Amino acid sequence: MSKDHIDEVSGVETTGHEWDGIRELNNPLPRWWVWTFYATIVWSIGYTIAYPAWPLISTATTGVLGYSSRQDVRTELNAAEAAKGDYVAAVASKDVAEVLADEQLRQFAVAAGSAAFKVNCVQCHGSGAQGSAGYPNLNDDEWLWGGSIEQIYQTIAHGIRFAGDDETRFSEMPAFDYLEGEQITDAANYVVSLSGGSADAAAAERGQTVYAENCAACHGDDGKGMADLGAPDLTDAIWLYGSTVADIASQMRAPKHGVMPGWGERLGDVTVKELAVYVHSLGGGE
Amino acid sequence: MLNTSEVERHEAEAVNSAKVRQPLYAARKKIFPKRASGQFRRFKWLVMLVTLGIYYLTPWLRWDRGPHAPDQAVLIDLANRRFYFFFIEIWPQEFIFVAGLLVMAGVGLFLITSTVGRAWCGYTCPQTVWVDLFLVVERWVEGDRNARMKLDKADWSAGKIAKRVAKHAIWLVIAVATGGAWIFYFADAPGLLVDFARGEAAPVAYITVAILTATTYVFGGLMREQVCTYMCPWPRIQAAMLDENSLTVTYNDWRGEPRTRGAKKAAAAGQTVGDCVDCNACVAVCPMGIDIRDGQQLECITCALCIDACDAVMDKIGKERGLISYATLDEYNANMALATVGGTAPIDPRRVRDDSGGLSDKVRHFRLRQLFRPRTFVYFGMWALIGVVLLYALFSRDRLEVNVLHDRNPQFVTLADGSIRNGYTVKLLNMIPEPRVVFLSLDGLPGATMTANGIDQPEGRSMVIPVEPDRLRTLKIFVRQPQDLIDGTTQRFRFIAEDKASFESDAYTATFNAPEAR
Repeated sequence: MSKDHIDEVSGVETTGHEWDGIRELNNPLPRWWVWTFYATIVWSIGYTIAYPAWPLISTATTGVLGYSSRQDVRTELNAAEAAKGDYVAAVASKDVAEVLADEQLRQFAVAAGSAAFKVNCVQCHGSGAQGSAGYPNLNDDEWLWGGSIEQIYQTIAHGIRFAGDDETRFSEMPAFDYLEGEQITDAANYVVSLSGGSADAAAAERGQTVYAENCAACHGDDGKGMADLGAPDLTDAIWLYGSTVADIASQMRAPKHGVMPGWGERLGDVTVKELAVYVHSLGGGE
Repeated sequence: MLNTSEVERHEAEAVNSAKVRQPLYAARKKIFPKRASGQFRRFKWLVMLVTLGIYYLTPWLRWDRGPHAPDQAVLIDLANRRFYFFFIEIWPQEFIFVAGLLVMAGVGLFLITSTVGRAWCGYTCPQTVWVDLFLVVERWVEGDRNARMKLDKADWSAGKIAKRVAKHAIWLVIAVATGGAWIFYFADAPGLLVDFARGEAAPVAYITVAILTATTYVFGGLMREQVCTYMCPWPRIQAAMLDENSLTVTYNDWRGEPRTRGAKKAAAAGQTVGDCVDCNACVAVCPMGIDIRDGQQLECITCALCIDACDAVMDKIGKERGLISYATLDEYNANMALATVGGTAPIDPRRVRDDSGGLSDKVRHFRLRQLFRPRTFVYFGMWALIGVVLLYALFSRDRLEVNVLHDRNPQFVTLADGSIRNGYTVKLLNMIPEPRVVFLSLDGLPGATMTANGIDQPEGRSMVIPVEPDRLRTLKIFVRQPQDLIDGTTQRFRFIAEDKASFESDAYTATFNAPEAR
């Protein structure tokens, strides 16, 4: 393999390397290209000095420019926070009904409330706010404690049957264990009939008296409930603990009561307002 | 008749000549392209004028779109995600039009390359155009080839420094103007110019101008042919696109060889004499610094200046033009076969000439119909088809759109009266720069009514929604259907958005979910 081998076709000298008869032409690289290559090496050395690069035992060199990607994130977060500043200030200074009435503020509050809801509320109410047995669905138009924006705000801020807040909403349905088993079933049948469910007509007829004597005080003569007491409407299609006669009878003998914590102190007033507007915007707000 | 005494002879050696032993890393050989003149040079001046004119002036064209949209004819508004091109406005989701144009550009390049070779490289590539422009400056300041070579060799003197400084200063001015013109495509040009001059423009504007100034100056002024030879992939792709019917700049050695200096004397001595007088004019004018007589090579950008240079020489010595010409491989091969008796003998140009001394009738010349062959028809067909489809799509596209996203969580909500409600995120796109009032209504879904957050209108089957010019409006819409009218767990219906003024409308088919009947 002579170093001076000249390729016949191109007339160019080869490098003297040969693989299975294939030879490498010794076409020269332009010199500036080589210098560019050296320049990239120099650049990379400077780069590793300027920026964090070399791994050490437990840390790494920080670079003379003091760059840090964490600092970048922090700066961006601060900038995002600052960008929200005007809106947050406006939400803080207005009452919740005014926030709802202002289209721009409403959109901001819905977005912010949606984020806060996903962190704090979905554990019980579900990610779509659809609730489950014992946990109210917040999308519908049935509200135990009222569905106006102020009432929702009040509920979120102070909670329900929440020991940690003096202003919490409080009322409990008593256990009607002094009634005869028959009376309870009769009353349950009557309640089912109020909402148009399938009930034993004779039992419902008998139960009407039991209802009037024991239940109407809170749920009303017409069964429409009373938001101030948290007494649910018994005539509609929405049931927190089930809609069958057995479900209702069970709730009369040994009532279950949900507890919701008050969020006012924990999340602050602005977030609670945002949550109230978000919940109100889910479709059932009055 | 054969008078070569008037022909100036150039000391020019091709930069890529294999005659010179190459080191591992080659220092660049300086090229001092001589000014050419002739039909191709004139055509190139025209192309330069048009392309530079388009580049520098386009951002300054105005186009009235009313008070709600910018009045710049061509504007890429990145901040607002809009692209304006005269009467066309493109939203990001319509980028398909730009993609289609890029496909057309690709196929168009195939078409052009398969017919006239590397015309892109030789005439319209920005690298070629700007190098040409920079060479104009260089010639104006330092003189033509010989003067420049002399200056290059000369010792540093006040005069040389003055010339060099002047040249680089003008180059830099052009480079700044080039970089500067670019940014005007991305913002309102007159306003940006004022801001830019005052130092109030966005940092990205200055950075862009700085980078493009540097690349224009370095590529156009300093690196020139090195960019084409070593950095650009196009010369390598070329080979796959040329075929035997593609026009390329060709040295017709079937009439030029053997090249002879002192042709008269040689002819008198009975030697075979080709048309080439070996004056090197073709090498001297070449901006790539190559010798076209070495054959087609990747460095050749087919700028055709060697044709002009050679034609001038042929005129002087009274020979036919076209010793260097645009020719296809097919005709070249035919003529070569004629000159070499099918490759059995050395080239004898007498074989391509008739008794009177003119070129023989057997010599093949380029015929226009060589451009029309299946390959070019296929390319043109593809190109035209994409173009027609794009045009159809452009003129039939919606400027009012409705998009609907069905709530998935929850899929439905049972309301107190037993009716079922579904939630939808409805987006209304008003894609014209005029405010519009959109009439949104339900089609299908008997008995259903809707409400929207933030729209204070009575619940019903339709609502009237104002949408700002050139904007999208997102609405949270609730549709409810009474229990007794629900027909199955999944019902299809349509949201219809109409502009009652322009009669434009769009519809979106959505689904309405309900629980299974108990």
